[in-house]
Amino acid sequence: MTWRRIAIVVALAGLLALAAAACGGGKEIILATTTSTQDTGLLDELLPRFKEESGYKVKVIAVGSGEALAMADRGDADAVLAHAPSSEQELVDKGSVVNRQLVMHNDFVIVGPANDPAGIKGMESATEALTTIADQKAPFISRGDDSGTNKLELKLWDKAGLKPEGQSWYEQSGQGMGATLQIASQRGAYTISDRGTYLAQSSNLQLEVLVEGDPALLNVYHVMQVNPERFDGVNGDGGKAFVEFMVSADTQKIIGDFGVDKFGRPLFIADAGKAESELGLE
Amino acid sequence: MSQAKLSLHDVWLRRRGSDILQVPHLDVFPGEVLAVIGPNGAGKTTLLMVLALLERPSEGEVLFEGESVRGRELSLRRRMAVVFQEALLLRRSVLENVAMGLELRGVPRRQRRERALRWMERFGIAHLARRGPRNLSGGEAQRASLARAFALEPEVLLLDEPFGGLDQPTREALLEELAGVLAETGVTTVFVTHDRDEAARLGHRVAVLLGGRLRQVGPVADVFAAPVNEEVAAFVGVETMVPARAVGDAGGLARLEVAGHIIEAVVRGPLASDVLVCLRPEDVVLAPPDGVMTSSARNRLAGVVTRIVQAGAQARVTVDCGFPLVAVITRQSLEELGLDVGDRVVASFKASAVHLIPRPAGG
Amino acid sequence: MDLIWDGIREAFRILGTGDYSIWEITLRSLFISGSAVAISLVIGIAVGSLLAFNEFPGRNLAFTLVNTGMGLPPVVVGLLVAIMLWRSGPLGQLDLIYTPLAMIIAQTIIAAPIVTGFTAAALRSLSPRLRSQLYALGASRLQMLWLVLWEAKLPLLAAVMAGFGGAVSEIGASIMVGGNLAGETRVLTTAVVLEVSRGEFAPAIALSMVLLALIFAVNLILTTVQQQEQRS
Repeated sequence: MTWRRIAIVVALAGLLALAAAACGGGKEIILATTTSTQDTGLLDELLPRFKEESGYKVKVIAVGSGEALAMADRGDADAVLAHAPSSEQELVDKGSVVNRQLVMHNDFVIVGPANDPAGIKGMESATEALTTIADQKAPFISRGDDSGTNKLELKLWDKAGLKPEGQSWYEQSGQGMGATLQIASQRGAYTISDRGTYLAQSSNLQLEVLVEGDPALLNVYHVMQVNPERFDGVNGDGGKAFVEFMVSADTQKIIGDFGVDKFGRPLFIADAGKAESELGLE
Repeated sequence: MSQAKLSLHDVWLRRRGSDILQVPHLDVFPGEVLAVIGPNGAGKTTLLMVLALLERPSEGEVLFEGESVRGRELSLRRRMAVVFQEALLLRRSVLENVAMGLELRGVPRRQRRERALRWMERFGIAHLARRGPRNLSGGEAQRASLARAFALEPEVLLLDEPFGGLDQPTREALLEELAGVLAETGVTTVFVTHDRDEAARLGHRVAVLLGGRLRQVGPVADVFAAPVNEEVAAFVGVETMVPARAVGDAGGLARLEVAGHIIEAVVRGPLASDVLVCLRPEDVVLAPPDGVMTSSARNRLAGVVTRIVQAGAQARVTVDCGFPLVAVITRQSLEELGLDVGDRVVASFKASAVHLIPRPAGG
Repeated sequence: MDLIWDGIREAFRILGTGDYSIWEITLRSLFISGSAVAISLVIGIAVGSLLAFNEFPGRNLAFTLVNTGMGLPPVVVGLLVAIMLWRSGPLGQLDLIYTPLAMIIAQTIIAAPIVTGFTAAALRSLSPRLRSQLYALGASRLQMLWLVLWEAKLPLLAAVMAGFGGAVSEIGASIMVGGNLAGETRVLTTAVVLEVSRGEFAPAIALSMVLLALIFAVNLILTTVQQQEQRS
């Protein structure tokens, strides 16, 4: 009767769903990374090559640095690409991640409206610029999401001896870099962004780079494996392959060239193999 | 006596702690119409549901043709048909509704449409075949329900107050039609009603259900003429019921022959030839045989007192006039008349007090 | 305002040329939400008919639970399912996290109470005698269920539409258990969020237009069927 037909349809649907899910099988790794990294489009460039070379498909979970590292700490990922060095170091010390290597860096910039109401353009010290913004009570948008960018921003406020949270001119978007830049652009507010994301979106924004070059604004990326000895289900081989891929000479060349044709300058500077001290980090 | 089509043995039905139905024994014989009567809430519908195998009793056995129904309810249900008080038609054309039972039994399309249409013609609703169920009158909907049941050519037909929700003229018309079809088909029928007249009109035997308990079962006239106890008598109300034959009518008055007497009764409308003469005991007046005529009643019958039952301020007196005639008089009258069993009396009643019920064929 | 007009113009261009894998994403949305609703319908009919037709102790409690389920915030469902499916979670071994199947599971949990509640209400609204009449006509249990569902098909259709609407518009759970992976678990809603966060408004608008068109089409079906029913 019609019941048999219905049962068959439902069973087929179930099988299809399972098949679709199963298609995800084979060699895969979960890469926890940050939204800013994904938003630059660098991964879209690199990952197909990685698949070809190693056979691994990468599931890119782009969240804030805080969440990415938390995932690593639970063993819910195989590799991490992040830019929050002090937090990453904690995980290394804990033994949650291994094989941590320097990949690339770019820098952060302080951006704001072209008319620069707080008058910070050209300042050499990031902390000085932030102090001026606070004094002028100029609107400032923070990411407020525990990301690498956010951690750096908070460190700078701390260095300037300021506590902006709760003040009327300081707002937290709780979102990724792209969204935060949009908010700042719409509101005519200041914000701190990594240069990569800013460049990628600048055509859609009414913001300009006002302060740059301060060593305190360096944004350093490391790649690392989630420790397969520590967590069950972690793909140790895949994670290792990814780390090695990111620091390989070919990949580093691509990183170094990335963005030139689109923005006139590269978004990143490739650093694999250098000693950390060379970058002027604290 | 042929084997019963349906039987109940020691059936009890309990719901939420109270006894809804209690039937020590009930048979439904092939070809008969069994009327089940009782006041509202007496459990008649529950009894019907148990007979229709739609509800299982808490205790006891239901037998179909002598064998227990357990395990074969579905196949047996497919040999029966039920008509409820609401027609309960589905969202499809009336024809498809009438054919529904056949569709459920896997009868191929053309055949079931033919059969359905045939029965719709029989009940006068063939013109409604393509109509949707929503705009039917109550009478039309019930005709559809009847057609739907008969189209199944069931071995047992059960009806639960099928005309309860209809207005009087429609009810009368449908009752006539149903009586006709039942007579034609001779299908075993259980007919539930709270209306005594309907029961007498259609039923061969009647079962009286009071308070969930089966009080009396028997041929219609017997039950109505000789209720087994006060409760049944009170419900039945009419205690003199005797078959009679019409021998003429003139000027609104019919003349009926019963047990050698001629009785006159007021009639409205056409008169059937076989009728039941019904009298309420309150309408019968007793007088000494050669006493003065104090009433203007047209009917006077002489007879002998066979029974006197005293109950409080009243006395129920049964008089044999060739048939049992029951009168209810006050204790005072009883004493004044000085009546005793075996005494001669004259029982009189008005022509307007006579209630006629046409008899079903083969009663 | 320029932003919006540019966006709309660009959106039409995208729709015309099929950039940004719009059609692939749309099909996936349909597949995932459609599957979730189909499974919800099976659950809804099974549980809904049980609730509507049977008396049992705790029936009222069951109804309350279903109604509560209808109001579950989808993002909460997403978090719970994610926690279960993460490798660090109890069902991590199944490797379901960040797959379309995980999204189907989450969306089913969101849609099932809606469909169940509507179904139970629709079945309850039918005349109680109807079932007896159908059994009396000789229907088996399955035949009765089918006929009764057909009688209630309008409210059932509304239930399915409501369930689908909820599932296809859902973001929070879909991102958490799906990961918004390009070519695998990205659907219309999650793609819109991604494009907006990248500042790419034109594709975001294009995707939104497709989503709106989808929901409109679904409601059009319901309304058409309703009209047909009323006319007959």
